[in-house]
Amino acid sequence: MGLFDKIKQAFTGGAKPEETAAEEKYDKGLEKSRKTFGDRLNALFANFRTVDEDFFDDLEETLIGADVGYEMAVKLSDELRDEVKLRNAKSQQEVAATIVEKLVNIYEAEGTDENNAINFAAEGPTVILFVGVNGVGKTTTVGKLAHQYKEEGKKVVLAAADTFRAGAIEQLQVWGQRAEVPVIAGKAQSDPAAVVYDAVQKVKRDHDDVLLVDTAGRLQNKVNLMNELEKIKRVIAREIPEAPHEVLLVLDSTTGQNALIQAKQFKETTNVTGIVLTKLDGTAKGGIVLAIRSELDVPVKLVGLGEQINDLQPFDANAFVYGLFKDLIQPEKTE
Amino acid sequence: MAFEGLTERLQNAMSKLRRKGKISEADLRDAMREIRLALLEADVNFGVVKDFVKTVRERAIGSEVLESLTPAQQIVKIVDEELTKVMGAEAVPLNKAPHIPTIIMMVGLQGAGKTTTAGKLANRLKTNDHARPLFIAADVYRPAAIDQLQVVAQQVGAPVFQLGTDVDPREIVRQGLAQAAENKNDYVIIDTAGRLQIDEKLMQELADIKSLAQPNEILLTVDAMTGQNAVNVAESFNQQLDITGVVLTKLDGDTRGGAALSIRAVTGKPIKFTGQGEKLTDLDVFHPDRMADRILGMGDMLTLIEKAQTDYDEKKAADLAEKMQENTFDFNDFIDQLDQVQKMGGIQDILKMMPGMNNVPGLDKVQMGPKETGHMKAVVYSMTPAERTNPDLLNPSRRRRIAAGAGRPIQEVNRMIKQFKESRKMMSKMSNGNFAGMDQMFGQGMSGRLGKMAMGSMVRKQKKQKQKRLKQARKRRK
Repeated sequence: MGLFDKIKQAFTGGAKPEETAAEEKYDKGLEKSRKTFGDRLNALFANFRTVDEDFFDDLEETLIGADVGYEMAVKLSDELRDEVKLRNAKSQQEVAATIVEKLVNIYEAEGTDENNAINFAAEGPTVILFVGVNGVGKTTTVGKLAHQYKEEGKKVVLAAADTFRAGAIEQLQVWGQRAEVPVIAGKAQSDPAAVVYDAVQKVKRDHDDVLLVDTAGRLQNKVNLMNELEKIKRVIAREIPEAPHEVLLVLDSTTGQNALIQAKQFKETTNVTGIVLTKLDGTAKGGIVLAIRSELDVPVKLVGLGEQINDLQPFDANAFVYGLFKDLIQPEKTE
Repeated sequence: MAFEGLTERLQNAMSKLRRKGKISEADLRDAMREIRLALLEADVNFGVVKDFVKTVRERAIGSEVLESLTPAQQIVKIVDEELTKVMGAEAVPLNKAPHIPTIIMMVGLQGAGKTTTAGKLANRLKTNDHARPLFIAADVYRPAAIDQLQVVAQQVGAPVFQLGTDVDPREIVRQGLAQAAENKNDYVIIDTAGRLQIDEKLMQELADIKSLAQPNEILLTVDAMTGQNAVNVAESFNQQLDITGVVLTKLDGDTRGGAALSIRAVTGKPIKFTGQGEKLTDLDVFHPDRMADRILGMGDMLTLIEKAQTDYDEKKAADLAEKMQENTFDFNDFIDQLDQVQKMGGIQDILKMMPGMNNVPGLDKVQMGPKETGHMKAVVYSMTPAERTNPDLLNPSRRRRIAAGAGRPIQEVNRMIKQFKESRKMMSKMSNGNFAGMDQMFGQGMSGRLGKMAMGSMVRKQKKQKQKRLKQARKRRK
């Protein structure tokens, strides 16, 4: 409830909260997606005359159109139908307000008491393992994060455990040079677990702070490749008992309903502790976040908002929802 | 493989209809709702879904459908036809230039699989057409993109033209084309950097490369897992570049692949290829008509047959057929079988292409990885030649020896022998034209009416053929 009040307050005359640099960045990156999402909902309200079944069919479709997912969209529109009836909302604004509030509530219900920050080891090196399907942006994320931690004065090491894809090792090495951090790599096609072992040894020996492990992309239904990932994790845990401190699943935000299956499968094999949502600077998505939040209790920790080395932001649910629904609430104020 | 999830839901919708002798408009409305949701769940764009459902409903509402004796079948037929229409009727081949070189340009978002697809495409051209392709490395933005292309090109055995990352991609393409002309390469594949369709600067770069290179083929590479956004991407790329075709990648995941339907419907551009794995040979021609059949659970026998033709040793197949007839199928053949099946992409892939097989519950759990196959082989290799040809020899003592030799638990050996005997029994039944026992093969039996119908029709066909054979035999005797 708190967030909704905050948003409302922001538009109904109350003190406008200062937009931080991060929020501005969200605004910029999300402009496209917000437009599509907001536009669609607005278009819906324009056509809306009475609260009838057609209206909720349309609403359902709009939510699905934003990649919210079928189950979620049905659940939402059912809840919204009850809510609208309950409040006897008749006017366009009333229905709009009800819907927005409900969306924010659902978002928040999953989000309370969650630790969105990256979990660091209390003592000794922190190991972060990056997993995901092919082409979602694992290596790029590792590179960006390495730069960030390096800037914070940490001793960062990268492990090039993607020994499979052509050019993957070189790609990580370039990121290593950019961020000026060492990259532990083996030969192409060698055992990734061996590379990880070497990297862990190095980190322990030199008392480095952070080890970021880049793994090869793998589709979640490839049993052998998922087993390989398990092995990598086992090797890490054997050398540093409480590691890996984070297993971050990298998700492409343009992915549709398959993103949920990915999250479920990777969680099963590697006990994913957080999600990195990449390519959020593209067009229309937004909805996938609602679905991920509602169906899995894994928090989104980082978002990728562009191709530059600084375009990785910690996930801030408030800023995200604020950015997503900004245009949607605005008409309420002007009318 | 993709599409199974979509198949399951669509078939549920259909089987509900089938249970009714007569279909009212309310029944039809329910079925249409199910179809709509099935498509939406598979990430088909909601606009496309709306149009699709509307067309099907309009056609189905025609009185002759509802009042016909088999309304459900009529509706299945309509859905099948419309699905085919949405996806395009026939496979569209690669464009070819009248004079060499044929220039192919790969475009798409980041991480869609452009470079991998470029490699697969070159490999395909090399093996099928004995082509001499040249790659042009025009991705100067992503770190090590050129390295990646070079490794792929080396695997294919084709040269790469590159000028490093400090040269403008337009210039790289210009010089690359000059080199292709000099070397008389018959195909040129331009690998461009991944970009967002809303990135005006980078899209302009593509437009410039296009007017410079005059490509015969602009292939938009799309990740099959893309959600509703697929339509935005495809539409935007198409508007700015007038693409000539689409490659759908990562279809070997468990995505429902609805993007395939939307892209074609929105852009009108054909899907030419699908990427189905990480190996260089994992690129398939997309056959829309067959895919429609497959989605509706009617199986894809054509592809199965083609696969069998290319991958299956004909002589071995003939031998096997004979052995099945004579019921002398033994462990040696079993190993041959395993190898062949593995070559064709594993037992799951094959079963899914058979009519009615793709909605058998539990089939997705039939995991026969290379490891399991290896174990089975180890067991067979631990048998003496006599045991291999005559499995009835295998008494407990021999089984213990085999288990020790193969390094597998005795239970596994027992299980395998039992399975082998069962499949031999079934084969003899099948070769006699009796498929009735086949559904027991899957324990829970066949579910789904479509599945039953498909099996039924197979059995009937077999019987008919048998009668024909007998008739001919009788004739010959006369």
